[in-house]
Amino acid sequence: MNFEIPNFLPAVPEMFVLGMACLILVIDAFLPDSRRDVTYGLVQATLVAAAGLTLWLMGPDTVLTFSDTFVQDPMADILKIAVYVTSFLVFLYARPYLMERGIHKGEFYILGLFAVLGMMIMISGHNLLTLYLGLELLSLASYALVAFWRDNTRATEAAMKYFVLGALASGLLLYGMSMIYGMTGSLDIAVIAAELTAADDSLNVPLVFGLVFLVVAIAFKLGAVPFHMWVPDVYDGAPTAVTLFIATAPKIAAFAFLMRLLVEGMGPMHADWQGMLIILAVLSLAVGNVIAIAQTSIKRMLAYSTIAHVGFLFMGILAGTESGYASAMFYVIVYALTAAGGFGMIVFLSRKGFEADHIDDFKGLAKRNPWFAFIMLLLLFSMAGVPPTVGFYAKLAVIQAAVGAGLVWLGVVAVIFSIIGAFYYLRVVKMMFFDEPKEDNAEPVQPSGALAAALSINGLAVLALGIFPGLLLSVTHYAIIG
Amino acid sequence: MFADWPILSLLIWLPILGGFLVLAAGRDAPHVARRLGLAVAVATFVASLPLWFAFERGTAEMQFQELASWIPAFNVNYHLGVDGISMPLILLTTLITVVVVVAAWESVKDRIAYYMAAMLVMEGLMIGMFAAMDAVLFYVFFEAMLIPMFLVIGIWGGPRRVYATLKFFLYTFLGSVFMLVALIWMYIQSGSFLIQDFHALQIGMTAQILIFLAFFMAFAVKIPMFPVHTWLPDAHVEAPTGGSVILAAIMLKIGGYGFLRFSLPITPDASAVLDTLMIVLSLIAIVYIGVVALIQSDMKKLIAYSSIAHMGFVTLGFFLAFYIYRNTGDWEGASLGIAGGMVQMISHGFISAAMFLAVGVLYDRLHSRQIADYGGVVNTMPWFAAFFVLFAMANTGLPGTSGFVGEFMVILAAFKADFWIAFLAATTLILAAGYTLWLVKRVIFGAVANDNVAGLSDMNRREFFLMGVLAFFTLLLGVWPAPLLDVMNATIDHLVAHIAQSKL
Repeated sequence: MNFEIPNFLPAVPEMFVLGMACLILVIDAFLPDSRRDVTYGLVQATLVAAAGLTLWLMGPDTVLTFSDTFVQDPMADILKIAVYVTSFLVFLYARPYLMERGIHKGEFYILGLFAVLGMMIMISGHNLLTLYLGLELLSLASYALVAFWRDNTRATEAAMKYFVLGALASGLLLYGMSMIYGMTGSLDIAVIAAELTAADDSLNVPLVFGLVFLVVAIAFKLGAVPFHMWVPDVYDGAPTAVTLFIATAPKIAAFAFLMRLLVEGMGPMHADWQGMLIILAVLSLAVGNVIAIAQTSIKRMLAYSTIAHVGFLFMGILAGTESGYASAMFYVIVYALTAAGGFGMIVFLSRKGFEADHIDDFKGLAKRNPWFAFIMLLLLFSMAGVPPTVGFYAKLAVIQAAVGAGLVWLGVVAVIFSIIGAFYYLRVVKMMFFDEPKEDNAEPVQPSGALAAALSINGLAVLALGIFPGLLLSVTHYAIIG
Repeated sequence: MFADWPILSLLIWLPILGGFLVLAAGRDAPHVARRLGLAVAVATFVASLPLWFAFERGTAEMQFQELASWIPAFNVNYHLGVDGISMPLILLTTLITVVVVVAAWESVKDRIAYYMAAMLVMEGLMIGMFAAMDAVLFYVFFEAMLIPMFLVIGIWGGPRRVYATLKFFLYTFLGSVFMLVALIWMYIQSGSFLIQDFHALQIGMTAQILIFLAFFMAFAVKIPMFPVHTWLPDAHVEAPTGGSVILAAIMLKIGGYGFLRFSLPITPDASAVLDTLMIVLSLIAIVYIGVVALIQSDMKKLIAYSSIAHMGFVTLGFFLAFYIYRNTGDWEGASLGIAGGMVQMISHGFISAAMFLAVGVLYDRLHSRQIADYGGVVNTMPWFAAFFVLFAMANTGLPGTSGFVGEFMVILAAFKADFWIAFLAATTLILAAGYTLWLVKRVIFGAVANDNVAGLSDMNRREFFLMGVLAFFTLLLGVWPAPLLDVMNATIDHLVAHIAQSKL
């Protein structure tokens, strides 16, 4: 048996993040509670350095390594950079929240960093097992993050729910993978695709069965209807800083996961999964947008809004064209950026002993802090898809993909639900600008320096990308089409 | 000499950036906000004048074109240009914005810098919409202008402002998203978002009808046509004076502009099939809404309904074209109707602005819009009464005022189509006279009704200036409409020649 030394180069960012995570874990153990900022700084520095490494290694070619279980291609590089940027923002927003509540622990950042590593492996997985391992690393870190505020019973409850349902989804995923392995005889994404292409066209029941399990598991992880029940409960129950994390970057990784499994692996069965995704998309758009109207908690409202956004994301993918995948990629990056800003605003309005998680808490924000009311306005209009914010182009791109695939009716359904969606975003705008502040919550608010700068940049980026959307759209097109 | 200058970009970005400058400089200094806002508005107006003087009459080509790549992935370009339809509307926008900024001078007290900024940003967005030659660019401006208007009504509006502004936003949003799907569909067919490429597209009948309906949703809500007009009275009543003026004078015109730019040239066959529906809806707007206006007790609501009735004339003029062709076999009368609709739009821009300003003048003094609270205003405000009567006459379409020209042309065109259409359209002359003159009688004439009215002071110089400017243009357009018609003729003839070709 001969052993070849694999090409480590494509996986250098992953190895670096893993090494740093272990190192920071050790360093953190020797730090007194008052010096957790060192952990924070190290984690942020790791993200920046990882971004540098990824940029340095970036190239137009697809490189396989570790016996073809790991892939580096432009899509992986760009999605990883999006993950670093989102996670960086998330840690930055989370820090003041954790400090005010006395839970500014190293675990938060270290678990976060392990989750980032899991996402990177999901993005670069080229084998059913690599993909599964990446997903599990992300999920386990996320369960622990939701539970990490020990004294908070709601967070603990949310963590239990998240864990049980997440484990169920993982089980479904493995079951589906085992069927596909059984039918194609390989765990390698490329081999599976080749086997499926070579197979005759007649309906292969076990394969379709396996596919159903894969789609269900993905729908679970992304929170698509009817597998969305955990989303509002977990988003609402988790500490806002953690909600911020699980609502943003993991969606980018889940998109990559979906691309690798369904598009690259099961691509020849597009006709089969297209129908499933259409059902999931329509249901997610409908349930997400309609139920969001009834919410009084802004975290739950944003959770349902996320569900609706997943519907839009599916629209781009189910088109089955390269420009559709590029549109979906654009959509998920824009979503992560906007959602980070949206949850960041909740963090900013919260203070010790007061969680600004009711929609009412945004009342009169224009009087309390006009600048950040404007930033929130941009974020909300972007979520609603109103130009000139970037959310509009994201919706334009995915609707275009669906219409281009001959699904004009789906485009019409999507815009109808986006009107319904506009209402609940507008309601928050209304509270911020047209209502007077609540009596017990009327003082002017000003976020601390770093938070203020990051939130402002986040909000203005949504506007700037909306005025000049060409660049990011070109990048995502390059990532998918080349 | 101006043909190579990026005038259109200047007109779009000067007010938008100027608006943010006003916000930055004037947040804590109201007088700075006012002066800077006025300076930006006047500068934009001056910058828009070259459009009128350097505009080449006699060609339907897009002029003052600017082209830059914007979203290469979707072949979307920052492509601007104007023709005889959009150029007058841009000038109307720059003029009315000056009027609105001056009108806010004393009447807006709360957060004046934000108000000025919203108005200026809105101006830039509206000009961008009129100048856009690319469908995505058009749509972006078309939607983006909802945001400042939403805030203007919601922040500075009346007691039911939240209801009104949400209704306004959701109605317009509802209409426009279907247009977006139609635009995307045409992009898939043609590979380009250039509006002129859409004009050249061959489309089957079913698709044309669906596209027509999508455009209809967008523009009928905006203009607004019966039965999707109900947001307008609410929005007008609750909006501050400046918001009402912008809404009536410019935003409603966007619907008419959309019909001319999209519906007619892109889906001529569907328009020909569905023109009866459009004509019937227009006549309902003219007759039924005219009757509704009669019974209003709120002055602003009355003028809002009168706006809907007048916009009915615009859509009637536009869609008579096919009817006339079927009857007479030639397209002569068609241009008459379309030109009449255009003149009516410009004229209504001046008259409705003036009427809303007049209500604003009264509201600033007595804080009531109820007709019943007034009476005999002429005794205390003679100058105001003179202007009010003039604009009321213009509203009824008195010859010599701009209101007459457009209505006359449309009625003339209607006679070529069908006597009964012309007959019903002409009832507006009676109905408009009815509700407007009755309004004048109850508010202006008669004995002084109460102590409040007795204590009224006449218009100040600022208000006099506003009314004077609008009166000047109303009369000018009324006695000498030829320059405006000269500008539009070539474009309208080209449009008519285009819609005469079947695209099936």
